[in-house]
This record gives sequence, structure tokens and C-alpha cells, in this order.
Amino acid sequence: MSDQGKMDCGRRRLIVATSAVGGVGVLAAAVPFVSSMLPSERAKAAGAPVEADISKLESGQIMTVEWRGKPVWIINRTPEMLASLKLVEGDLADPPSEKSIQPEYCKNETRSLAGKKPEILVVVGICTHLGCSPSSKFKPGAEEGMTADWKGGFLCPCHGSTFDLAGRVFKNKPAPTNLDIPPYRYLSDTRILIGEDTQGA
Amino acid sequence: MASNSNYEKFKSDGSLLQNALEWVDARFPLTSLWKAHLSEYYAPKNFNFWYYFGSLALLVLVMQVVTGIFLAMNYKPDASLNAVGVPVAFASLNYITHDVSWGWLIRNMHSTGASAFFIVVYLHMFRGMLYGSYRKPRELLWIFGVLIFLCLMAEAFMGYLLPWGQMSLWGAQVIVNLFSAIPLVGDPLSIWIRGDFVVGDATLNRFFAFHVVAVPLVLIGLVAAHVLALHEVGSNNPDGIEIKKVVNEKGIPLDGIPFHPYYTVKDIVGVTVFLALFSFVVFFWPEGGGYFLEYNNFFQADPMKTPAHIAPVWYFTPFYSMLRAMVWNFFWLPAKFWGVVAMGGGVVILAFLPWLDRSPVKSIRYRGPIYKTLLAIFVFTFLVLGFLGTKVPGYYFFGYAPATNPDGTEIFSLLNYLLSGDLIAQVFTVYYFLFFITMPWWSRVDSYKTEPERVTWK
Repeated sequence: MSDQGKMDCGRRRLIVATSAVGGVGVLAAAVPFVSSMLPSERAKAAGAPVEADISKLESGQIMTVEWRGKPVWIINRTPEMLASLKLVEGDLADPPSEKSIQPEYCKNETRSLAGKKPEILVVVGICTHLGCSPSSKFKPGAEEGMTADWKGGFLCPCHGSTFDLAGRVFKNKPAPTNLDIPPYRYLSDTRILIGEDTQGA
Repeated sequence: MASNSNYEKFKSDGSLLQNALEWVDARFPLTSLWKAHLSEYYAPKNFNFWYYFGSLALLVLVMQVVTGIFLAMNYKPDASLNAVGVPVAFASLNYITHDVSWGWLIRNMHSTGASAFFIVVYLHMFRGMLYGSYRKPRELLWIFGVLIFLCLMAEAFMGYLLPWGQMSLWGAQVIVNLFSAIPLVGDPLSIWIRGDFVVGDATLNRFFAFHVVAVPLVLIGLVAAHVLALHEVGSNNPDGIEIKKVVNEKGIPLDGIPFHPYYTVKDIVGVTVFLALFSFVVFFWPEGGGYFLEYNNFFQADPMKTPAHIAPVWYFTPFYSMLRAMVWNFFWLPAKFWGVVAMGGGVVILAFLPWLDRSPVKSIRYRGPIYKTLLAIFVFTFLVLGFLGTKVPGYYFFGYAPATNPDGTEIFSLLNYLLSGDLIAQVFTVYYFLFFITMPWWSRVDSYKTEPERVTWK
């Protein structure tokens, strides 16, 4: 700073230009590193559809199959369980599942595949709040530690979200939407293919 | 040779050892560093019990680094199942515990060290609040401290995934999904963090890399910045007054004593007591009643089933309670997002303390009844939030259960509200934030006593 107050504008411009180009280079160099943390090609390719045999699934029972690393529940609901869906509608956050994720063919009162067995519910057993797997609390009333007016459903152990027997979330709970329903189709009366539907997923 | 420091270079008296020191000192600022940070760093002479925790935090950091290196020699960050169906990572922890010579000790030291780290850091932070150590000119020192706390939380969180037990998996699942609450970028962000659509092998591997390399490097850098900033402005003390105001003819504070040997010796006493307590936990009580090591984490990770009761390790629970307290949708954003804001905001708001506090005095010794009362309530609410974070949602104090009508509706009772953990967590979360947000007002109107000129002994 020998010539105080006098600035060599040409040099200053060159410094700014050099820094800008250097900055772009640094940003460009960061791209491969940041991208390397995305799911790899192998991870993206995983997640083939899985087949479930429901011939041994008694009425009122639940089975779990693994699909894309997540639990998918298949529940064979009793007539009482199906009847409870109507009773709780007033307490639900999104009873018609408008904001929730499900294939169009499952957007109905029982959230089951339209035109097939209404008692069979196929649902991703992962809470839409922060991804815990809710526990089944099928027995109505306080027997399983729920409130006395409980009609049966699911309780997420992490943050207390509750869901009815169609995976629909109750009002004023942390979970924002109903449990997701995966694409699926019936291969036969007792075999379900999860992860793929007739529209070809 | 020109020197960059104000200290004179070491001059040898001709002995071999002193010649060696002179040779080094001519090429590296060894004696000047020693003097600036130890033998001629003047710390206030009135440090009390609360001033142990800074040096203890440093000790625990060193211990975590050393035990961590030795654990990494036998640990395998691999989520795939071995021949008997146990995840390799989980099995390698069992191998360290049962088959590696002294492996159980190194593992217990590391896991107990994590809890010990947070105990000393929480006490260290509370010391700062008691004596106004965050006030001018120590704002940046305090901010470095808050960044260290954030880093420590990241380090502890990622380390907790590595044993690949049930709590590891589901704890990580919940926390990574927090990011998905951020509008627009949330979902791609959480996938990017996991490296997969679920917490899996990719997540375990990268958390290992972050836990053993990236975060410790940042942490050590921040600790260096924290100590350098401290030595630039000088230590605060229980009176909250500046000892640099009263100096002798050499410019040395009259109330200052050299850090070495006075405080190094004092800190050794603290280290001794600390190590005695620490050893007790390591040898006889490593699971810490389920708070230091959660019982569910002795089960291998199962992505199909969340444990019936899931809670983070104790040091996260106050902030976890704040997350859970948010159950309302504000504006157009879901409650989930506001839970994340509350959790993150609970930590970040600490960084603003230097500017929120408008009291004319720093130390609690000279502050008025408003501060003392509100701070006592603050400590109480923080502890209760921490306690509630370990409990299930819908918890009631003292085993209370609301009575119900035959039709299932709750019978109205004031106790339903007074003893409800959920409601208390909400009220206390509001208090936590109000304590900070309203501080500029109440800290100004509070009465205060005149600070002394010189430090006192109490």
C-alpha cells in the first residue's frame, strides 16, 4: 500500500475475475463429492416387487413383508374392524385420504384395492411423521394401554401418532398424512404382488 | 533472526538440553506459545468449582479420540448379515466386548465418555450462564462454544448408529427423517443424507466416515478456536468483572495468576475426582441404568419392527421433548416442521444470548431477583423436559391415570392437566423460548448490585 488511496483498478478487476473463476472451479469440484452421497445405482435398482401369500392370514390378523427395506403390513380385517372405520371418521385428520399417498384404486372408504376384497388392507408400516413403525393396537378399549374410547388401530411408539384400521391418522397428532399404500395387485385370490400394479409400476 | 512474537527467543546457558531448546526456539515459537497460553496466561485468581469443566471437557475429548482409534481397529461398519444372521457391525461390537483383549474396557470408556462429555459440557455451559461469560467481549468465544455443542450432538448422534442395535437404527431413522420436514427440499435431502431410501448399509458407512474423520476434525478445529478466543479476551470469573482493568506496572492483572502452575495443579484435582467417578461407571455401571446405554440397543437392528418404547439417549431428551411438544399446524406448514424448528431453535437460540442479555452486570452474584428466579425455573424446566423426553407420549406423573366414563370419554379433572407429561412439555417448551425471547426486557428492568473493583472470595 505504498500509493495510499490510489487503487490499480485493472489489477483489482483481474483479482475479482480470477477469484470468481476459482470459485466456480471449487463449486464444480464439489459436485462429484456431493453426488457420491446420493443413492448409488445399485441402491436405486434394488426394490423389486415382493410376493405375499395371504392364504394363511386369518381374519383379524396381520402379517409383515419387507419391500424396499420397509415393512409392508397386510391385514385381514374382521367385519367389526371394518365397521369401526365409519365410527372414527369424525376424529380423523384426512378421512377421504385427499392429502395422503396411495394408488388411485385404493382411495376409498376401506383403502383397499377397489373391486377386490375390502377386508384386506395393504399398507406401508412406516409412520408418516418420522419413519418409525407403529405397533398394532387392534383390541378396542383400554386393554392395550389405549384410551377407553379406542376403536382399534395403530400407535406409533415414537411420537404418539395414532391411526385407524385403514391406516388413517387421527386429528392433532404429529403425523401429517395417513400411512402410505404401496402399488400392488392380486396375482390370485391368495397371492399379492407388492410394488407393482396392473398399470405397470 | 526477526521474530513475529513479542517474546524474546530462548537463550541457552550452554548445556546440551538448553542448546536443543534454543535451536528449536529459533525455528518454531515454542517458548512463546508456552508462555502465551500457559506460564504467562493470567487467569483470574477467584475461579471456583464451576471452572473445572472446561479442562475436563478437553480431557474427555482426548479420551474419546484415543479410545475411538482403538475401537476402529476392530469395528466393521457393515450392515449385511453374517452367516448366523447377525449384522456384521453388531457382531463386531460383540467381538470387541468379548474376544478382544481389554476390548470391553475400551468400549465402555468410549460409551461412558459420550455421556460424560455431555455432563461436563452442560455444566460448562451453565457456568457461562451463571457468570455471564458470554457477554462482551466474549461473544465469539461463546458462539464457538455453541458450534462445538452442535458438533458434539452430530458426533454423538452418528456414533450412536454404529453399534447397529435397535435404538441405533430407529433413532437414526427418526432424526434423519426430521430433515424431510423442511419444505420443498426435505425429501431429497433426507435421501441424500441416508444414501438410500431407508437407513441401511450406505448410511452406516457414511456415518462411520463422519464420526471418525470429518466431525472430529471440525470439532478439534473449533476447540482450538475456542481456546484461542478465550486467551485473546481472557477468562471471565465468578464476579463477572474484567481483571485487565487493574494491572501492575508490567501490565499484569493484579487479580491474575499464571495458568501454569496454578490452574494446571488445581485442574489435576478436578481430573482426579472426575476419573474416580468415571471409573466407577466404566467398571460397575456402564449401562447407567439404561440412560448411558439403552437396553433396546443390545438387540440387533430390525428394520421391520420399532421397539415399543423409543427415546434418544439422555443428553438429547430436553430438545427431543421440544420436538414432540409441537403438535399444531401453523400457517400452511405441518406440525412436523415446527417440531424440527423447535428442536433446532432450542440449540441455536443459545448463540444469541450475548445480545439478549441487557443486564448492566454479568455475574449472578450481582444480579437481581428476577434473573435468579427465572434462571432457577429455566433449570427446572430443562431438567423436566429432559426427563419427559425419556418417557412415552401420553405419560402422566406419579403413575396417575385419568378416570373415564363408561362410554370411554375422560372424566374432567384438573389433575388430567396438571399431571399430563405432554401438556407440561408444551408449557415448558414455551417457557424455554420465552426465557430467551423476553430476556432483553426483563434483564434490563431487573435490579442489580454494584460490581466490585477487584475480584472477591466467596
